[in-house]
Amino acid sequence: MAYSDKVVDHFNNPRNMGSFKKDEEGVGTGMVGAPECGDVMKLQIKVQNDTIVDAKFKTFGCGSAIASSSLATEWLKGKKIGEAQKIKNTDIVQELNLPPVKIHCSVLAEDAIKAALADYQKKADEQPVDVK
Amino acid sequence: MKLPIFLDNHSTTPMDPRVLEAMLPYFVEKFGNAASRNHAFGWAAEEAVEQARKQIAKLIKADSKEIVFTSGATESDNLALKGVLEMYKEKGTHIITSSTEHRAVLDTAKSLEAKGLATVTYLPVDKHGMVNPQDVQNAITDKTILISIMLANNEIGTINPVQEIGKIAKAKGVLFHCDATQGVGKIPVDVQAMGIDLMSFSAHKLYGPKGVGALYVRKRNPRVRIAAQMDGGGHERGMRSGTLPVPLIAGFGKACEICEQEMTAEAAWLTKMRDRLQTDIMAALEESYLNGHPTSRLPGNLNISFAYVEGESLLMGMKDIALSSGSACTSATLEPSYVLRALGVGTELAHSSIRFGLGRFNSDEEIDYTIKKVIEVVTKLREMSPLYEMAKEGVDLKSVQWAAH
Repeated sequence: MAYSDKVVDHFNNPRNMGSFKKDEEGVGTGMVGAPECGDVMKLQIKVQNDTIVDAKFKTFGCGSAIASSSLATEWLKGKKIGEAQKIKNTDIVQELNLPPVKIHCSVLAEDAIKAALADYQKKADEQPVDVK
Repeated sequence: MKLPIFLDNHSTTPMDPRVLEAMLPYFVEKFGNAASRNHAFGWAAEEAVEQARKQIAKLIKADSKEIVFTSGATESDNLALKGVLEMYKEKGTHIITSSTEHRAVLDTAKSLEAKGLATVTYLPVDKHGMVNPQDVQNAITDKTILISIMLANNEIGTINPVQEIGKIAKAKGVLFHCDATQGVGKIPVDVQAMGIDLMSFSAHKLYGPKGVGALYVRKRNPRVRIAAQMDGGGHERGMRSGTLPVPLIAGFGKACEICEQEMTAEAAWLTKMRDRLQTDIMAALEESYLNGHPTSRLPGNLNISFAYVEGESLLMGMKDIALSSGSACTSATLEPSYVLRALGVGTELAHSSIRFGLGRFNSDEEIDYTIKKVIEVVTKLREMSPLYEMAKEGVDLKSVQWAAH
């Protein structure tokens, strides 16, 4: 199976590969997938004033899974929380030209985005409110 | 050194130029039908076929009359299992095989089962992928008609104790079929000493052409009979009809002759080169695990799982080296290698496996390059792996609640 040029590019030059500290303020972490299934994605966002100012990923999986998560971090940076919610797996499929057997990689990336956003939201809601 | 490097010699082998030379006269010049008994064209073709039959028989210590030509090992496996079942169904319908056989045996057995023509016992293997002869002995019933156990496994290279299994089969009066596709030409095969009654093998795995294989069918002690699975001109003593592909057969014969003469030396240097590949990679990369038997293994085989990295991404990172992976992502089924699963290798490590297949035309320089590349790519992908990060932080990955999908 031949990979699209974009998948190869993201695989060879992954964007935003790495990690934030999970307990850092404004950081939301999403971890999806399972080792037995052959792919696990960790996607992290750093939010300031409702805007995603930075994003990072680490992925265990095939080239398409790595490319999907790399692309996701690229797209997330600079987006408002509300806009980030609207990223769909089909957008990733289209951008990376993924074949049918690799669509699950894009689904996983969308799940990772949603999980990171939910984690950020949960942490934000738990913040003690200053009553001064 | 030329890129890409071919290190997938279990899938197929490049043809030896000496084999091609032996084939060439039989396309244009000596094009006759080996079954034409009345003219010189037929005689020339028949002579080539009979010479090849002798070369092939010599390699496996058989009589040339015991070689039945087929299109390849898949057909040979089908013909052996279906042919025996059909011929001896009055005597019994039980087959014993193992869970790590090639699909050509497993799927044939399953098809016979599904049609209600046979009952099949699939024996487990040990952690190195080896069949225990005692298990074979215990599985035999008065309905058992055939044992089908491979000589060497195509993924992990493990060599089965075929001789002991042959002895058990003989003592119990059960026929013994051996899929020896990966072993013939690589390790010594002696159908007499091993007690093999039927044996499948193929030319393109031993530096011969694709499209031709053979089924060895024992002629005496006992005389094995099989029912033909194709109707036609009654070629190959009625067991396999169809005009013989004379050029392919001439090449098959030459390929076997070369193996017969060079196998001992070739196996020695391949083992040395393979061991170097194994030692250097595994010394440099922590948590890399050998799949297969540490010693009873094909000379050119090396199968390693690299924890925390997925096989297909490894292949992608080493795209100038032709390799194979047990990862699900490379298969149509999305299930990781059933062979590795049968050894008890965890699914995640099965996803992380790479098979190196060394052969006659590989060089030390290519192995040096491969060692360097594997270490570089595994290290890079581990840096990228959340599992590696967690393991380094001391998280027990087995304790994590994963969201399976």
